[in-house]
Amino acid sequence: MIVLNVNGRDHSLDVPPETPLLYVLRNDLQLNGAKFGCGLGQCGACTVQVDGQAAYSCLLPVSAAAGRHVRTVEGLGTVEKPGVLQRAFETEQAAQCGYCIAGMIMRAQALLDANPRPSEAQIRAHMQPNLCRCGTHMRILRAIRRAAGLPPDGKMEAA
Amino acid sequence: MTSAGLIRALCAAGTLILLASACAGGPKLPPPPPQSFDRAEVAQGFALAKLGDCQGCHTADGGVAYAGGLPLKTPFGTLYTTNITPDAQTGLGRYSKDAFVRAMRRGVRADGAHLYPAFPYDHFAYADDRDLSALYAFLMTRRPVARTAPANRLIPPANIRGVIAVWKALFFHPGPPAAPDPNDPRARGAYLVESLGHCGACHTPHNALGAEQTRQALDGGYQEGWYAPPLNALTPASVPWTPERLERYFKTGLDRDHAAAAGPMGTVIRELAKAPDADRRAMAVYLAELMKPSPAGRGQTALVDRAAAAASAHPQGASLYAGACASCHEPGAPMMLQGRPPLPLGTPLHEADPRDTIQIVLQGLQPPLGGAGPYMPAFGSSLTDAQVAEIAAYVRARYSDRPPWSNLTAAVAEARKQGAS
Amino acid sequence: MSETLSRRGVLGAGALVVAFSLGPRALAQEGGAAPKPVAPGLPGSLKTTPMLDAWIRVDADGITVFTGKAELGQGIKTALIQVAAEDLDVAPAAIRLVTADTGRTPNEGITAGSHSMQDSGAAILNAAANVRMLLAEAAAQKLGVAPDALATTGDGGFKAPDGRTVRYADLAAGLSLHVAARADAPHRPLGARRTLGHDLPRVDIPAKLTGGVAYVHDLRLPGMLHARVVRGPSVGTELKALDEAAALAMPGVVKLVRNGRFAAVVAEREWTAVQALQRLQQAGWRRPGPPLPAGDPLASLNGPSQDEVIQDVGAGAAAGVRTVQARYSRPWLMHGAIGPSCAVAHFQDGQLTVWTHTQGVFPLRGAIAQLVKLASDKVRCIHMEGAGCYGHNGADDVAGDAALAAMALPGRPIRLQWMREQEHGWEPLGCTQAAQIRASLDAAGHIASWRFEVWSHSHNGRPVTAGGLLAGLEVDPPFAPQIPRPIPMPEGGGDRNGVAIYAFPQARAVSHFIEKAPLRASALRSLGAHLNVFAIESFMDECAKAAGADPVAFRLAHLTDERAKAVIALCAEQFGWASRRLSDGRRGTGFAFARYKNLASYCAVALEVEVEHETGQVSVRRVVSAIDAGDVVNPDGLKNQIEGGIVQALSWSGLEAVTFDADHRTSFDWSAYPVARFRDVPGSVQVHVLNRPGTPFLGAGEAAQGPAGAALANAVADATGVRLRDLPLSPERVKAAIGI
Ligand code: FES
Ligand code: FES
Repeated sequence: MIVLNVNGRDHSLDVPPETPLLYVLRNDLQLNGAKFGCGLGQCGACTVQVDGQAAYSCLLPVSAAAGRHVRTVEGLGTVEKPGVLQRAFETEQAAQCGYCIAGMIMRAQALLDANPRPSEAQIRAHMQPNLCRCGTHMRILRAIRRAAGLPPDGKMEAA
Repeated sequence: MTSAGLIRALCAAGTLILLASACAGGPKLPPPPPQSFDRAEVAQGFALAKLGDCQGCHTADGGVAYAGGLPLKTPFGTLYTTNITPDAQTGLGRYSKDAFVRAMRRGVRADGAHLYPAFPYDHFAYADDRDLSALYAFLMTRRPVARTAPANRLIPPANIRGVIAVWKALFFHPGPPAAPDPNDPRARGAYLVESLGHCGACHTPHNALGAEQTRQALDGGYQEGWYAPPLNALTPASVPWTPERLERYFKTGLDRDHAAAAGPMGTVIRELAKAPDADRRAMAVYLAELMKPSPAGRGQTALVDRAAAAASAHPQGASLYAGACASCHEPGAPMMLQGRPPLPLGTPLHEADPRDTIQIVLQGLQPPLGGAGPYMPAFGSSLTDAQVAEIAAYVRARYSDRPPWSNLTAAVAEARKQGAS
Repeated sequence: MSETLSRRGVLGAGALVVAFSLGPRALAQEGGAAPKPVAPGLPGSLKTTPMLDAWIRVDADGITVFTGKAELGQGIKTALIQVAAEDLDVAPAAIRLVTADTGRTPNEGITAGSHSMQDSGAAILNAAANVRMLLAEAAAQKLGVAPDALATTGDGGFKAPDGRTVRYADLAAGLSLHVAARADAPHRPLGARRTLGHDLPRVDIPAKLTGGVAYVHDLRLPGMLHARVVRGPSVGTELKALDEAAALAMPGVVKLVRNGRFAAVVAEREWTAVQALQRLQQAGWRRPGPPLPAGDPLASLNGPSQDEVIQDVGAGAAAGVRTVQARYSRPWLMHGAIGPSCAVAHFQDGQLTVWTHTQGVFPLRGAIAQLVKLASDKVRCIHMEGAGCYGHNGADDVAGDAALAAMALPGRPIRLQWMREQEHGWEPLGCTQAAQIRASLDAAGHIASWRFEVWSHSHNGRPVTAGGLLAGLEVDPPFAPQIPRPIPMPEGGGDRNGVAIYAFPQARAVSHFIEKAPLRASALRSLGAHLNVFAIESFMDECAKAAGADPVAFRLAHLTDERAKAVIALCAEQFGWASRRLSDGRRGTGFAFARYKNLASYCAVALEVEVEHETGQVSVRRVVSAIDAGDVVNPDGLKNQIEGGIVQALSWSGLEAVTFDADHRTSFDWSAYPVARFRDVPGSVQVHVLNRPGTPFLGAGEAAQGPAGAALANAVADATGVRLRDLPLSPERVKAAIGI
């Protein structure tokens, strides 16, 4: 039995300990937020927070997450009561297909938890691991700035 | 002399030297116009700059090429690399060719101050006049960028520049510059490796004061929290390095029978890949020859995969590996079907020191920005020290016949500290 | 490359011109899967499905609208709801929308080619107007007043002048909507619009932000099993003998489904299926067929071609004083959806249901029925969203894979998702292309004559038969592979946008279709328009330079289409083109324009780049775009599409190229096929919409691909003084061109 704490709730799970957290979240806990994008740690679609840090759930054995705090996009808010970042993404309409978005939000959340007013360069560097194929980047950046209370049009520091 | 004694001596001498060096200021000429340089010489300088990876050290993450500002972590604190664009105020703009050659060969700034040996003048001292002239032509024809590097953060007494004079007196006794026959690849390779290539700056062990222990040249050294493996008979590689394999590795950062370039070597490859083929080949010929008498070169290594034994010795490690590593590293994984190096061949797993294995797990591998190449995600933020240690113990037990690494959890904590910027 | 391409020359000398036709042909739609028109006088898809109740049903529960088109992340659901809400005059929230489902919705062929608003949007707008007209007639009768005395209340009812009201739901009970639409049902006046033309937030976004069930990937049915298909690393390879026993010995593995070369492993848990797949892949692989032409990615374009003259205007050789000539190319490109393709299939009681993110549920149904040997009416394909596809990716194939697995395990729903490397290795690609242009300029610096040629493989491999699915080629006996055919003009495939929109006194264009392709090719967003617009718009800049003219002024001087001119002017003005920073060897600006397919949206893009001399790295500082998509349903939704298209096209044009060696594709994951990440995307992207209410909807989803790529090339040329004509404009190429 593995005890996994997700979004503040403990779950006792009878699953093979090496199972990547992603499959446990999706199939055993029926949480849809984290997505399978590559299973190789290359795209960030599966990003969740583990003890506050952004982590690829596709490459994190569930046993390694036991005893730690896992947070998924479901833990930030609901359609009725969205969290700050979720609301910002909604306001900016920061999604096309949206497949990457839950991972984007969770990586951005980890940034804002550690650094509530990041610079444009810090935002981009931090978000670098997460891919979006629809080209929604500009809106994702706006949403992160909005959630951080920064001006919507980020200025890159002059090179 | 003990290292404590050395430090005392350095402190005492520091002040004197500081006074002396203040008088050594060079002439302050306006930068020569870019058009005044011969194009062929600039091209030659470009090739040498790629071989020497000037850009790798003298460019900050996301910064302008050659404008400096990259933090270099040393045992004595953090140094920031300098701006080597020809900007008159903040870069090399006012360096005459002679001043440049003096900096490269003697480690002395245009104003006479000593340069920290993190700038490997102990290697550049061997560079040929023509090569230094070409390098100068190349750098002086770059776009001048006004950028001052952040102030160094060094521990005393290393924070006093004059101390370097003492350091030089103790450790810096270069021989005359070399000028090998350009038609002899081995000689050319040796020259490049020793001089502008400055391979020893990472791959040779350093003493407590950061000087290369020349008698153990290329025996393997530590750099920025990584271990740079031996490039001679001591190489732990399981398969012999041939000139062809080395050449391919220098060009792509990847050799399926050894490893993908990681850590500081990743940046080196980025530049080395753009150097002339003949020079890469020359270095490969020379280094392969140095490594030939190794156990692998003598056919004395065998590949091992003791999955069952390793799993019973490290059950937790085995389970973590199955969920975190197997998706890429097991036979049948996409990386393996595509010719990325299988773990039994991975050089770091056979090294006496676990830190490369640990750093790769913590930091992963990055291909150049926007570029294609071997990649591995960083696990530093998702796995704990103990978990990384478990994995390291497991892969060592499974894929290497060398003795187990000890104190792994502490080693992970230490590697994390050294790797953090 | 390509002695042959060059030798063949600009007039197609040596190539056989087999056809000459500018008229529209039967198969306007990609894949040739469009249903036959039965009411040609009606707008949009009402032509093929004229009955109102196929589109709109009103009952006591409310209003349901049906579309045969699918949400691909382009926001079509929201837009269609707006369209229906507008002409029914109800709140958008009052409308339930049912999308592509062979069991419920009209057959609208494939959701592609920026056709959705033209086809489905126009149909639903007119159907809504018809329904409101019929409801008004019924209400008038009920209330005893003239229909035109009634006003809609905006919340699903009518109001008589005396204040009495009646609700649609009450009228609907006595009203049959099983009648054909009329073309002349009146629309609500433009000035009274409440929904159409406004920024309605996308209806699908909230669930996507909070972990709701949003994709077929999220579908979980009772008793569902997980499957993985077992294949070699890429198209054209196969695994050696599978160690079936080893896989079956793994606890939790339910079955290894095999049929000929097709294999799928089915397990109780998804992770078990993944592990079993890796176990089976240890078999190693081989390439049975002839080797791929590794090395020159354009080599295959020298193969035998079917040639067609697609433009021939003006007679006689116009006299020019100066000739400009150039050749452009692009490599193979990947769709690269972020989520690998996935499908859920369930075979029960003789009926197969497939939940799929295909772009065409109806054609897919036909192909799957053939594959699993069921009658078409025993197969139902229901669209659920996937990750953005940008064309024909693995969605159809994976549905075929899941269907075969489900047939082997009746009663158990099977969810089958591809692995990342399978998506990269097996999805159809956007093909390599080359275009060559020659123009002569007259003494006044105008283009006097124009010669255009394009070489391309197919952009149309969508499945119509089982042979169009990967599994169909693997089962025993295999189905015959589909033969690729060119898509005729005016939409075109490889020659899409091959006819320049500019007014030249004399112009001739030839399209060369090369059937035999080394890699699997099909539709990628904008098809040939990406390369053709890149070529034409790069070349316009080259001509402008030869003529000593400003690039924007030069374009305007060759245009007669007022809408085109207006979009160019708006973009130039918003960018500040007239006062732009002049190139200094490092910074540069570029402009490009196209009307997609010469019949959909007009799109102009201006951008500013900075080139890092030492590395050849190109940073796009800012992008400004202007778009005329006709009557704009949702301005913000349109902007989102154009922004995304620009960023994606900059990634294609600046970074991407599928690589392969003699055996297989070597672009197997994101490390081997890098795409733009946050540090690579522009500093800013602005989109300005030129709305034209009351005019036809013009598809816009693919409008930016060509102009964005061309503007990038023009800006790099402006910045560095060197013209790069082969995509991608990678740092290596830029550095090599600018030198030391
Ligand atoms: S799915 Fe985990 S990083 Fe791509
Ligand atoms: S919105 Fe589609 S991948 Fe990001």
